[in-house]
Amino acid sequence: MSNEINITINGRELKAREQQTILGVARSNDIYIPTLCFLKGLSGVGACRLCLVEIEGVPRLLPACVTKVTEGMVVTTESPKLKEYRRMILELLLAERNHVCAFCVVSGNCELQDLAQQLGVTYVRYPYRFPKYKVDATHDRFLYDPNRCVLCTRCMRACEEVEGARTWNVRGRGIRSFMITDLNQDWGDSPTCTTCGKCVEACPTGALAVKGRATGEMKRKKNVLSQLSSMRDRGR
Amino acid sequence: MSKTITIDPVTRIEGHSKITLYLNDEGEVNDARFHVTQFRGFEKFTEGRPFYEMPAITARICGICPISHLLASAKACDALLAVSIPPAAERLRRILHMGQTIQSHALSFFHLSAPDLLLGMDADPARRHVLGLAEAHPEIAREGVWLRMFGQQIIEWLAGRRVHPSWAVPGGVGSPLTEEVRDRILEMVPRGLDIAQRALDLFRGVLGEFDKEIETFANFPSLFVSLVTPKGELELYDGVLRVVDADRKLVDDGLDPAGYADHLGEAVEPWSYLKMPYYKPIGYPDGLYRVGPLARLNTADRCGTPLADAALEEFRKLADGAVLSSFYFHYARLIEILFALERLRELLEHPDILSDRVRAVAEPNAEEGVGVAEAPRGTLIHHYRINDEGLISWANLIIATGHNNMAMNRGILQAAKEFVHGDRIQEGALNRVEAVIRCYDPCLSCSTHALGQMAIRLELMDHEGNVLDERMRE
Ligand code: SF4
Ligand code: SF4
Ligand code: FES
Repeated sequence: MSNEINITINGRELKAREQQTILGVARSNDIYIPTLCFLKGLSGVGACRLCLVEIEGVPRLLPACVTKVTEGMVVTTESPKLKEYRRMILELLLAERNHVCAFCVVSGNCELQDLAQQLGVTYVRYPYRFPKYKVDATHDRFLYDPNRCVLCTRCMRACEEVEGARTWNVRGRGIRSFMITDLNQDWGDSPTCTTCGKCVEACPTGALAVKGRATGEMKRKKNVLSQLSSMRDRGR
Repeated sequence: MSKTITIDPVTRIEGHSKITLYLNDEGEVNDARFHVTQFRGFEKFTEGRPFYEMPAITARICGICPISHLLASAKACDALLAVSIPPAAERLRRILHMGQTIQSHALSFFHLSAPDLLLGMDADPARRHVLGLAEAHPEIAREGVWLRMFGQQIIEWLAGRRVHPSWAVPGGVGSPLTEEVRDRILEMVPRGLDIAQRALDLFRGVLGEFDKEIETFANFPSLFVSLVTPKGELELYDGVLRVVDADRKLVDDGLDPAGYADHLGEAVEPWSYLKMPYYKPIGYPDGLYRVGPLARLNTADRCGTPLADAALEEFRKLADGAVLSSFYFHYARLIEILFALERLRELLEHPDILSDRVRAVAEPNAEEGVGVAEAPRGTLIHHYRINDEGLISWANLIIATGHNNMAMNRGILQAAKEFVHGDRIQEGALNRVEAVIRCYDPCLSCSTHALGQMAIRLELMDHEGNVLDERMRE
């Protein structure tokens, strides 16, 4: 049994368990922290930085999804500075690829779109890069449109940690990072993909979709992956 | 939560439209060019996109008639799937299209043209707009607003509250019609019919005051092209292509829209980004033809609904052959509003209309697909090719403004010859040239202008290329 820890979030004194993340504690106490790369049931990677929080005595902002709680920690999840950082991150994400919601399959069911709405991103102050990436439609059932990818790696983790296929990988670094299937070959030619669809369920945007869905028609089953993994944990 | 935020770097298809009038060495207008100086390369832009995104992508081409693009595109996608869509889905698409036709025609007539028609062409431009109309004829202005709202309501009830609805999908529509929506729309039809009838009477009443405009508003013989039903009736959603000449004689009939390219060519001129389609058997530029409400009433034998047919009978008396003056576009729109309302009722009363079989599901089975519909402004053609993976490899779109491009230039020239004299552009002249363009209601920023403004620059050039005068509506 892990030890109990006392922490404060936004002035509320809360009980937590050792090894819990700030995000975990916040969520179980109905404190909202925006997230994008985090998906319950998958390991945390701290990639998107949307969940940044302020911690008293720590000069840097830290991602709540991977930062473990410690005794006496004092956390702030909302401040003008955090708001500004989060907005900036979203704007950079939007400028980096082509997020034209108007004809996206997940429009209305997209985590990126929801976040932009919540955080009041009504314009993007950075120049759009308008990349023109080739859509990979070689898979029989699914479609990968890198133009809508935010590099959260949720697909990769779902495929590796839940399905055990490890089809997805990241190629390149920094702004050149790119999600690839197997050894950078067409998804349709993948020797590892089992067509389970978990990556498509995991993706927060329209980058991965079921083929044949028209604009706004792609809806994801909420929590299906986290339920899967928690059922497995219980079985273990 | 199904709110949509639109993060969209793509702006409307539009250009700063410039019209140049060229004088000969005697100082008379002898040429006119309507330059479209910007054009968005939608065809290029769509390359590499999954084909089923096309309805939503192309619906963004035009802010006023997104539904027509949506439908032409969905039809082209049906052709790629090589399916025939369930009958209820086709009826629902038609209902959606009637909503579009009503709202677009109502906007065009009551908001954009009625101020000219009812306040007079030479009225003070500061008052010659829909608010001025609301003061002088409050009832008409109000009814116009209602009619437009009705059309928009239909779209919203069917396709959802979205800036750019994408309810029409490859293979059918996204969801069936509910009884409640059907009844709500049906309840509103009679009032719509009443408004349209009265607007028609009013318009007939003032016609006499516009002899000169009628005479000179793009009033020239030309071919007319549109879809008609296989029986030769007015058709807005499907059917076959028909071509008639200025005498309303059949030039071509029963053409399969999928083979449009065998009959319609597209010429390119260096001074405009908008291509110049022409009727191939006659050639360029003599194969000039017009599309739109006027063309549709000239090509069709009849409307096929009682009230519209009665109005059409009156309309036919305007000319022995085809009605030629583009001034009568307004007239034609009112008749089409009647038609749309009558058809709407028929469609809604169909016993199968609430069926929940509204979508055919298939993988792409053809590598090429054409979808043609009659947008409010005229024939709209979408033509796609896809690769083995279902990604667009080539697309061609011909919009109504394109079909009418040559005719618009001809019409401007005709009006300018009549109303522009000397080396100055008079206020009435600018307005008349604008009004010619407005007749065609082109899908350019000028057609969305409100309050009497129009983003159009008119310039007068002498035979040596010196600009003598320039006018712009701010
Ligand atoms: S479908 Fe399943 S196996 Fe294939 S890449 Fe996606 S998660 Fe991995
Ligand atoms: S494809 Fe989707 S899940 Fe994978 S990294 Fe990109 S956005 Fe994330
Ligand atoms: S959710 Fe924590 S960094 Fe992405």
